[in-house]
Amino acid sequence: MSAITRDEVAHLARLSRLALTDDELDHYATQLGAIIESVAKVAEVAAEDVPPSSHALPLTNVFRADEVRPSLTPEQALSGAPAVEDDRFRVPRILGEEA
Amino acid sequence: MSLIHKTAAELGALIAAGEVSSVEVAEAHLDRMAEAEPKINAFLHVDRETTLAQARVVDDRLRSGERLGPLAGVPVAHKDIFATRDMPTTAASKILEGWRPPYDATVTGRLREAGLVILGKTNLDEFAMGSSTENSAYGVTRNPWDLTRVPGGSSGGSSAAVAAYEAPLSTGTDTGGSIRQPASVTGIVGMKPTYGGSSRYGLIAFASSLDTPGPFARNVLDAALLQEAFSGHDPLDSTSIDAPVPSVVEAARTADVAGMRIGVVKEFAGEGYQPGVLARFHEVVQLLESLGAKVVEVSCPSFATALPAYYLIAPSECSSNLARFDAMRYGLRVGDDGTRSAEEVMALTRAAGFGPEVKRRIMLGTYALSSGYYDAYYGQAQKVRTVISREFEAAFHQVDALVSPTTPTTAFPIGERADDPIAMYLADLCTIPSNLAGNAAISVPCGLADEDGLPVGLQIMAPVLGDDRCYRVGAAVEKALESRWGGGLLSKAPAL
Repeated sequence: MSAITRDEVAHLARLSRLALTDDELDHYATQLGAIIESVAKVAEVAAEDVPPSSHALPLTNVFRADEVRPSLTPEQALSGAPAVEDDRFRVPRILGEEA
Repeated sequence: MSLIHKTAAELGALIAAGEVSSVEVAEAHLDRMAEAEPKINAFLHVDRETTLAQARVVDDRLRSGERLGPLAGVPVAHKDIFATRDMPTTAASKILEGWRPPYDATVTGRLREAGLVILGKTNLDEFAMGSSTENSAYGVTRNPWDLTRVPGGSSGGSSAAVAAYEAPLSTGTDTGGSIRQPASVTGIVGMKPTYGGSSRYGLIAFASSLDTPGPFARNVLDAALLQEAFSGHDPLDSTSIDAPVPSVVEAARTADVAGMRIGVVKEFAGEGYQPGVLARFHEVVQLLESLGAKVVEVSCPSFATALPAYYLIAPSECSSNLARFDAMRYGLRVGDDGTRSAEEVMALTRAAGFGPEVKRRIMLGTYALSSGYYDAYYGQAQKVRTVISREFEAAFHQVDALVSPTTPTTAFPIGERADDPIAMYLADLCTIPSNLAGNAAISVPCGLADEDGLPVGLQIMAPVLGDDRCYRVGAAVEKALESRWGGGLLSKAPAL
């Protein structure tokens, strides 16, 4: 019995915006199941009273001065865009039919 | 001796003295690449004219009397995960095929300022996720010691390029071992600096709390010179350390371990470790004692859970970081036929543009971060991270540096672990703790395994901002072993 079902993988793929095929869902269900079982070993460390570390360095809230500095031109910022119109990124429709 | 066999320090000195030009040195390496690349495939992008133009600029700067650093005019191979204005930057992914960034990474900019000449962009596992370079969308890189074996990864193009004399120096990034493990299996030096010691700005992000740029070279001093050239505080990276760079070049020249306390990590041995790897490791531990170091055994029991903690933390950060590849602003877009919504185009593009390992990690990270699982997986992994950091701190109260094999086995055959992610992840067993704790760690060659005649690496770990200790111990080991061998380990490699 795998630690993760095919339906769960389909849900993760939807959340991750990955359009997977049926074959891929089966393949990843097996592989992710095995990986999740192996990483579950983290539970063996007694760490109830230990604070979590998100980070190796004792740094919080590093700010820079709020001043105007040179930045990319519109041409540079758009140079890698798949589609451009009137100095803007052109994207597919973002609202549903009923909207 | 031909130019390609010289060290970076020697090349820098010859160029500075005007005995050879940067253009001549670049040409010698480009010629070597033309000969070696059909076999090795270390580079994703090479453009002879761009490279020679950079070399001509350095020659002009030097002739006009400008004072540049010790590596001015020396060529470097640059991992294709650093943004470069004048060359494509792909992270070895189809989703970024042909992308040209509108800016340079800080590391790229500092290489240019120091007068280094970028030879090209090197291959890697897609988005630096892997330990073999087999996850590249543009074909596998081959190990110069045995063309049927992997060069390690993720920075496998960078390690192979240096080991095959295509470049004297290269850059890499180390998130779970991606510099040290490839260095180990190709018989060269690779260093993971202290996290925050080298800038992540313009480095395509994989796991931001772990990603660390670092150097590859054929000897310890050259690695130190390269690290010094691109390190130091960067206001554009919010986790960059605002402190002086440890004196790594001086440490590499010191090469003395007399009186140092060195700890052998007890947990990094036993099942899963190749006998030939352990044999070379035990010999080098005896060597350190004979050089005057005081060697003791140190126990770090939680290091055994570093690997599972890493495979929760790194995928979690990756699932968040790679959300930026949305098919809208740059990179690949597929399926935009006028009828599909942005979300549909996004999902089709990401399915077409990402390879299997990247998809696995994005979904694993999404799982570990989802409500209901977060505390048991990601939250617990972050606590384990604290426990591992504390074990390092306790160990560094007892000793000045820790040692272990860099990786449990020598280079494995291409294809052997390609569809077995868990077997692949084991390659990073000994390197991952230093990523979680952010401390400095280096891999230096320590001989060939008896079973297969392939290189074995020694890992030396030092505290946060103790990078100089890695170089000091590494240089002492290198000096003693090279005098025993009558030259560098690479002199034993078969001709290509």
